[in-house]
Amino acid sequence: MKMTMSSTPDALLTPKKVADRRSASPHISMFGRMLLRAAVLRRRRAASALLAMIVAAAVATAMMNLYVDVQAKLRSEFRNYGANVVIVARDGQSLPADAIARVETVLGSNTLAVPFAYAVARTKDGQSVVVVGTDFARARQLNHWWKVSHWPDAPNQALIGMRAASVVISRASPDRQPFELTFRGNTIQLAPAGMLQTGAGEDSRIYLDQSEFQNWTGVAPSTIEVAANGTATEVESSIHELAQILPTADVRPVRQIMEGEANVLNKTRATLYASATLVVLTSALCVLATLIGWVFDRRRDFAIMKALGASERLVNGFFAAEAAALGVVGAIVGFFIGIGVAAWIGRVNFHAPVVPRFSVFPYVLAGSVAVALISAILPIELLRRVQPAIILRGE
Amino acid sequence: MFPRIVYESFRRQARRKLLAGIAITLGVAVATAMIAVATDIGDKINRELRSYGANLVVTPQEDTLDVEVGGVNLKPPSDGAFLNEADLPKIRGTFWHHNIVGFSPMLPVTVKLGGSQFSALSSPDVTLVGTYFNKALTFGKDEFSTGVRITHPWWKVSCGDGKESPNCTWPADDSQNVLLGERLAAKLGKKPGDTIEVSGRQLTISGMLTTGAAEDDQIVAPLAVPQQIIGKPGAVRRVYVSALTKPQDALAVRDPKTMTPEVYDRWYCSPYVQSIAYQLQEVIPHSHAEQIRQVAQNEGTVLSRIKGLMLLVTFAALFASALAVSAAMATAIFERRVEVGLMKALGAGNLTVSAFFFAEALLLALVGGIAGFSAGALLARQIGRSIFNSQISIEPVLFPIILAIAVFVTFAGSAAAIRRAVKFDPVFALRGEG
Repeated sequence: MKMTMSSTPDALLTPKKVADRRSASPHISMFGRMLLRAAVLRRRRAASALLAMIVAAAVATAMMNLYVDVQAKLRSEFRNYGANVVIVARDGQSLPADAIARVETVLGSNTLAVPFAYAVARTKDGQSVVVVGTDFARARQLNHWWKVSHWPDAPNQALIGMRAASVVISRASPDRQPFELTFRGNTIQLAPAGMLQTGAGEDSRIYLDQSEFQNWTGVAPSTIEVAANGTATEVESSIHELAQILPTADVRPVRQIMEGEANVLNKTRATLYASATLVVLTSALCVLATLIGWVFDRRRDFAIMKALGASERLVNGFFAAEAAALGVVGAIVGFFIGIGVAAWIGRVNFHAPVVPRFSVFPYVLAGSVAVALISAILPIELLRRVQPAIILRGE
Repeated sequence: MFPRIVYESFRRQARRKLLAGIAITLGVAVATAMIAVATDIGDKINRELRSYGANLVVTPQEDTLDVEVGGVNLKPPSDGAFLNEADLPKIRGTFWHHNIVGFSPMLPVTVKLGGSQFSALSSPDVTLVGTYFNKALTFGKDEFSTGVRITHPWWKVSCGDGKESPNCTWPADDSQNVLLGERLAAKLGKKPGDTIEVSGRQLTISGMLTTGAAEDDQIVAPLAVPQQIIGKPGAVRRVYVSALTKPQDALAVRDPKTMTPEVYDRWYCSPYVQSIAYQLQEVIPHSHAEQIRQVAQNEGTVLSRIKGLMLLVTFAALFASALAVSAAMATAIFERRVEVGLMKALGAGNLTVSAFFFAEALLLALVGGIAGFSAGALLARQIGRSIFNSQISIEPVLFPIILAIAVFVTFAGSAAAIRRAVKFDPVFALRGEG
């Protein structure tokens, strides 16, 4: 044990004190004791090496966690673009009455499916206008971009598109005057609840509650818009399943939404991947620099061990075990810090927590130990060529 | 004497200096590349978001109501107001014309299909849409081309099997060739190369169009075709405009009529979707421009999320490279305590020794910083080319900033190690008990 003593200030302990302390401590193997003492006696250098290890493992964990989780996060952002699958009844037929329920059994109840039924009605002065029956609660969840001044909340209230408003609401009395619409001889009295603005086709339509619409026109929904979750392949298989349970309908992906999403997501993922690789490489470099310094700094221990007759295997094993221990401890501590960092980034940027991925732990652990071993072996290779006597002479 | 010591130190310990220099170079390169990517990512993702299609639509001010169900327009074709095709190139004359990626005019008309096979089907009504595919236009001296191939990138032309083929192509904008929506084609049993009779005209089908939307049931033709059918040359029903915009904030949604001149100038000169719409109305007479909220509203959120993410990742990269540089410097200095002991034994003061080390660090940082900046610029360019198919340009103003950061980080990393080296007792150092 002299070798660890010689290089430290508290080498001045008397041999008796040392012997007493040693006999009082629990018995562990010589190898284990050497490892432990080396860490305790050189704690400042060991701490700085460990710190580098922890920081690198934390950064790597955070990046891997983000890389896996961000795609799910972004995908849910993309669902704000609305439906990515649309189910249309063939040629003027309508969908079966239980179509929505069937869609939900296939895709799970957290999937949004919104029915739409269309009819062309006439106003009092004979103007044609498209009237749509839908489920307002669902449509509101699906189409976040709809700018609505007031959602209907009472029977016989309708949502009026900005352009359609000019047809049904007279300019003389713009406050909520009820108006009449006629479809195949049936007339309905509707009160405008609010205005709808989207900048697209919806602006020239009038929206009604589905059951009121059906009572009035007798027309059942012909279209269901679905926001299917998941990756492109998952959506693809959802489309396939939907086509099987609804054989009388066309199930189509909304290419505009699907391709836009795939495009942006792929680019973001690739950028994030490149950045994550760079960050992980840089932190590995940091560990390498610190550990090489640490091992190189202990060349005297190395020389003394060899001078005392330790075999090459033992010396190598000793330094490797030390490095591995450092890697394991650093990986474990760094992993938890990294998960914390990832969760923080998730909260700050996406306003939703990032779920900790324990599946990345083996990679972080393996990477840390590998980097630690490489940084231990490199200087040992250099030292091996040097005679112990030269190192001990201080050259 | 001082320069000589520094010079000799570099000459005699070339390998060790090289290691520290490499660490600095790599750290600076990563930092440069990340900063370049992070500053440019907004613009790049903005362009990718354009694959969602147009975010603005221009319609005639006095337009009548659209009566359209399932892609079939029930409105009489000559009804309502039109925009003038001749006004469209003026879109390039707006203040934010560099931000306008493309535009496509649309003129839908309802037509009857002719031909012998339709006698039994009593000639179905079909919507024929006229548009630009990739039309070359000029505005002043500015030559450009625009059309649905830019504004509607998800439109795919094939031979009906979903695969691209040289036989089935986009029609030329001055031809009488049309694209047939794939579901309409299946219904009619037509394939590319066939002719189709529309309102007494023989049009050649040059390909099948797949869009996943209403166009699958329609015929898409060069703009002149429907203009001839309804006998209104130059008529356009609406124009889709795809523009790069800035995420909306409190200023964006204010009404320009209530602004003070100063605020108005700031609003007008920001690429908000609202201000671009306002400028489009200015250049196209009797028009009404509006944002397509499905596209315009969501791209702001997606963009700010991705930008925020890259910013945080860049901080992580800067942190990691700062750490790597300081670790390398600390190691390099720690190894040289013997020299410090020798210098101090010969009578050098703490200040002289520190100055000597700092001069070395400065040299390393400058050389590493310059090399790292160039390497980082190359790395950023490589990332830009492989991911976004376009250049990521590096602002020259970044160079002094990066260099300053490199010097600062190298100094900060060295400071603790230098302090310890200077405080080390020369006797121990010379005895070799480092």
